[in-house]
Amino acid sequence: MKPLDKSPVKSSNKSLDKLREAMRRDKVFDFVEQKRLPFVGRRAIIPGEIDTTHGPILYLENISVSFDGFKALNDLTLYINDGELRCIIGPNGAGKTTMMDVITGKTQPDEGTAYFGQTMDLTSMSEYEIAHAGIGRKFQKPTIFPQHTIFENLELAMAADKKVWPTLFAKVNTQQYARIIEVSEIIGLENLLYEKAAQLSHGQKQWLEIGMLLMQNPRVLLVDEPVAGMTHQEMDKTAELLKRLAGDHSVVVVEHDMDFVRSIASTVTVLHEGSVLAEGTMDEVQNDPKVIEVYLGE
Amino acid sequence: MQRKSFIVDFLQNDKGGKAFVSILLGIMLIVPALNLLVPADSFFHVPTYTVTLLGKYLAYAMLAIALDLVWGFCGILSLGHAAFFALGGYAMGMYLMRQIGDRGVYGNAELPDFMVFLNWTELPWYWQGFDMFWFAMIMVVAVPGLLALVFGWLAFRARVTGVYLSIITQALTYALLLAFFMNELGFGGNNGLTDFKDILGYDLQADTTRATLFFLSALFLILTYFLSRYVITSKLGRVVVAIRDAEDRTRFIGYKVESFKLWIFVLSAMIAGVAGALFVPQVGIINPGEFSPLNSIELVVWVAIGGRATLYGAALGAVVVNYSKSYLTAAFPEIWLFALGGLFLVVTIFMPKGIVGVWNQMRVKMAQKDSVDKKTEGDSK
Repeated sequence: MKPLDKSPVKSSNKSLDKLREAMRRDKVFDFVEQKRLPFVGRRAIIPGEIDTTHGPILYLENISVSFDGFKALNDLTLYINDGELRCIIGPNGAGKTTMMDVITGKTQPDEGTAYFGQTMDLTSMSEYEIAHAGIGRKFQKPTIFPQHTIFENLELAMAADKKVWPTLFAKVNTQQYARIIEVSEIIGLENLLYEKAAQLSHGQKQWLEIGMLLMQNPRVLLVDEPVAGMTHQEMDKTAELLKRLAGDHSVVVVEHDMDFVRSIASTVTVLHEGSVLAEGTMDEVQNDPKVIEVYLGE
Repeated sequence: MQRKSFIVDFLQNDKGGKAFVSILLGIMLIVPALNLLVPADSFFHVPTYTVTLLGKYLAYAMLAIALDLVWGFCGILSLGHAAFFALGGYAMGMYLMRQIGDRGVYGNAELPDFMVFLNWTELPWYWQGFDMFWFAMIMVVAVPGLLALVFGWLAFRARVTGVYLSIITQALTYALLLAFFMNELGFGGNNGLTDFKDILGYDLQADTTRATLFFLSALFLILTYFLSRYVITSKLGRVVVAIRDAEDRTRFIGYKVESFKLWIFVLSAMIAGVAGALFVPQVGIINPGEFSPLNSIELVVWVAIGGRATLYGAALGAVVVNYSKSYLTAAFPEIWLFALGGLFLVVTIFMPKGIVGVWNQMRVKMAQKDSVDKKTEGDSK
């Protein structure tokens, strides 16, 4: 992230300035500077707090990732606004899943920056830290804990101290219990709380996984192909669920099913060969000649 | 009183566990009583040889529970778990060696016989302190725990999983086997540690000592069961099973998977160490053979046969297989390995959940039959 310093000084002068700044005798401790910040028109950076004052909550800039010479992402730049519901479409191999891997810390980009809010550098964080910071991810294949009950699945996902020793002695309190019931109602599984997750239908597993994301109280939900293999009724229900979540959360949906995308999306981003080909409403995107050529047309 | 209610509470939904603990409590008291109080010519007398043999099985059962924690619940197939058992055993063996004092063949009050034989003049630094029982007991858990910590930290952080992890655990125990064979290492080389005389001043050959060791083995097995049961029924236990079933999912909902694996691996190694320490005074010897890769593989077979992820199933498997081993190696020595291999095949193909799994299936079937019977009865009325 560029600093907010907009002075037109050349970089050599800048570093000299920085040195002078660092040597100033009136501010030996950093916190002195922090307190001064509001008065000079800057905002203090609070560690762990997501700064979305400029609108976007996710900043992906000039990201490139290659596997054995194959460029999965090629100079990808993408912003996701706070509270928006964004659909990402693109043919196979367009880099959709790799993009999610970069955001969640599974893959390190070769180049480029990924920020969560304006202050959190995702490329320097590990998967569990990113999850704690507030990014939840649903996998392409529904991935839940089959040997646990629905209740336990939600309990495990719940935002809490997830270090080893506190986990050993953790007990579900009344508030947490209420939250688990609440989420189970949102995903429509409140009557199956004590069933093993392995017994759920494919669609129910998808919802359970979304419910597990919700238990983490995330700011951003990354949802990879939520309606793959669903019936039409299930699809409608999922669309409703995702629309309901947007606003409180930013929801990023990767999907192949065009009808589904049209039913939920306000903004659609088309990925092609690792970078953004087009962005806009579904109608705009569909009428874009470039998009027609690579994806929709044929 | 409160304590009792806690334990009752704890086992409420654990029928198998209740039966397991009750049986153990029973034999913990009955076997030593039948050995010590019943005259030797009576039909009910349990010979000391049998007491020791049973004590050995109980130590193996504890080791099996330790492996079940990491394999059955966390999905880490360790093929080197007998190494932790052997290290615990060596720590106990070192204490027992120091207890011999000047009663050895060479009559050296300070040095064990094998060191005198090697012309060593003083005790190596790592033998210091083992003349104190409490120190040796700390080492019984600390040494396996530390090895597991270092090994696990390296392996889990590098995200080594599945068959690769199994192979390096196998390599670990093989490396230790070769190391402990060396005389220069100072653990008695090929012969290991043996000729123990007494423990805490009690003669190891005495019936009362044997009976006490048996009692302690049963007691520690019960405690191990309680501890393991507490761990796996806690939220941590659910996380561990979650890691087994969907490791990536667990990571992406915010758990540092490596730390959880490491924790359960170290706990398991410590339990294995205690099992080794109970084993050695009863069998009277610890040698590098205990590190043999085959031992670790046999251990996996016990757990598979008994039933994974049940704790008491693992213990049951250990006892069943070792009893068969004792019987078969005496009656038909040449077929034992074939029998073990055959048993493993039969279990993995026909009863993937082991003896406990088959038992549970039978119970479910019986219950269904019962309910059907009741229904037809009701219909006929």
